[in-house]
Amino acid sequence: MDFLRPTSWRDALEAKAHHPDATPIAGGTDVMVEINFDHRRPTSLLDLTGIDELASWSEHGGKLRIGAGLPYTRLIDELGDRLPGLAIAARTVGSPQIRNRGTLGGNLASASPAGDGHPPLLASGAEVEVESVRGTRLLPVEEFFTGVKRHALASDELISAVHIAPATGAQQFSKIGTRNAMVIAVCTFAIALHPERQRVGTGLGSAAPTPLRAIEAEEFLSGELADSGQWDSPRPLDDSVVRQFGDLVARAASPIDDVRSTADYRTHALGVMARRTLGWVWDEYRNHPSSTGRPECA
Amino acid sequence: MRLSFTVNGRQCEADDVWEGESLLYVLRERLGLPGSKNACEQGECGSCTVYLDGVPACACLVAAGQAAGREVGTVEGLAEGDGLGAVQESFVEAGAVQCGFCTPGLLVATDDLVNRVPHPSDAEIRESLAGNLCRCTGYEKIMDAVRLAADRRASSEASRSGKTDA
Ligand SMILES: Cc1cc2nc3c(=O)[nH]c(=O)nc-3n(C[C@H](O)[C@H](O)[C@H](O)COP(=O)(O)OP(=O)(O)OC[C@H]3O[C@@H](n4cnc5c(N)ncnc54)[C@H](O)[C@@H]3O)c2cc1C
Ligand code: FES
Ligand code: FES
Repeated sequence: MDFLRPTSWRDALEAKAHHPDATPIAGGTDVMVEINFDHRRPTSLLDLTGIDELASWSEHGGKLRIGAGLPYTRLIDELGDRLPGLAIAARTVGSPQIRNRGTLGGNLASASPAGDGHPPLLASGAEVEVESVRGTRLLPVEEFFTGVKRHALASDELISAVHIAPATGAQQFSKIGTRNAMVIAVCTFAIALHPERQRVGTGLGSAAPTPLRAIEAEEFLSGELADSGQWDSPRPLDDSVVRQFGDLVARAASPIDDVRSTADYRTHALGVMARRTLGWVWDEYRNHPSSTGRPECA
Repeated sequence: MRLSFTVNGRQCEADDVWEGESLLYVLRERLGLPGSKNACEQGECGSCTVYLDGVPACACLVAAGQAAGREVGTVEGLAEGDGLGAVQESFVEAGAVQCGFCTPGLLVATDDLVNRVPHPSDAEIRESLAGNLCRCTGYEKIMDAVRLAADRRASSEASRSGKTDA
């Protein structure tokens, strides 16, 4: 096995171009499990942890650019106030040891339907920046996932960053599992209010072969809120609106039965999570319509 | 490949390292540091927790080559000379060790917590140790040990800053 250890992004892209079958390794929290259990024997490993710029973030034109190699712990500490939905999700990943190493880039490239980073990225309309020696592409996150553990990267491409707008309204994330730490989600739901665009964003995890948005639910709720003038003068939501939102979220799902749960339970739970998180974000919005979504008690 | 890195402040070299092996394997099998334990090899149990550049990580999930040029701190490094360090002492006194297999990882996780957080709440302690499994103690004595370690750290800090003030 070769071990490639570029110290600059340029060298990493060249290494990937010359060794298209090399397996990138960032935090190793997915890759090493597979190697330890002999589920994967890469011909070469391309270590991305020697590239400092990949583990950094910056702000351009009102958007945050999060390097693919930024560990969750730093994302939570350094960006949690501006990306509350993603931070809530990141706090549920594994354990402190896993969050100290695991990255958003690794989460995306593993493309598990249960990846906890994905639903908040969907709800915020994030874009994935992928790069090769041939150039850079910016993909809406929903176009990045092409199937169970499959993604849109070409063999010479690496994920360089995620572009995401800081929250302009309340955001929430909900995850069902058997304990608070160290669980692969039974299912997850993320919601983000975008008052400046009068839109609601959603993201569902472990609900279908790929993470996905509940587009009908987004359309319905955004329309209801706009038609009733609720963005400007928010009032408590009608039960019927909340129920319809939950039903549409559940209807967007096409989950499976597996060792963690049944399809029926997942569908039911997604509706419940959608109603609940909508209640939370709407309460927050009513109390602080101009807040950045920062949880009051955090 | 040949691997050079720092372990507990000492420069170390390991030869004939297979690129796909874990830092845990290197520490235990090549450098004779069996303190870090191998239980699950999948990041679930935390018994292999070490510091990597000052940050706790599961050594079983770090590829050997990723440790090149880095600083690793293991449970062996928590000792003070031939004696136990303060965190280790707290675990012994509180009776937080039964079979002891989880202990090395818990010690590193606890050392990190008490270094970062002066007076951790019970919720903070539970959260910090959420990645360390113990099948023997039921965790109550471990909680006691961490509280004791945190109190001692706080009072030694206080007496140290008291001395500088005086
Ligand atoms: C004990 C444990 C608990 C876990 N709990 C959770 C959880 O609660 N929620 C969750 O979502 N996940 C969880 N995971 C899975 C894992 O931690 C996450 O998916 C994490 O985000 C992976 O990031 P990494 O940097 O460690 O990826 P790595 O293991 O380094 O890489 C993962 C994949 O991404 C590829 N890759 C990495 N970086 C790039 C890049 N920049 N460009 C292209 N490809 C790249 C690798 O080749 C590999 O295929 C858990 C894992 C463990 C071991
Ligand atoms: S052996 Fe590394 S976490 Fe269990
Ligand atoms: S003391 Fe036996 S596993 Fe913790």
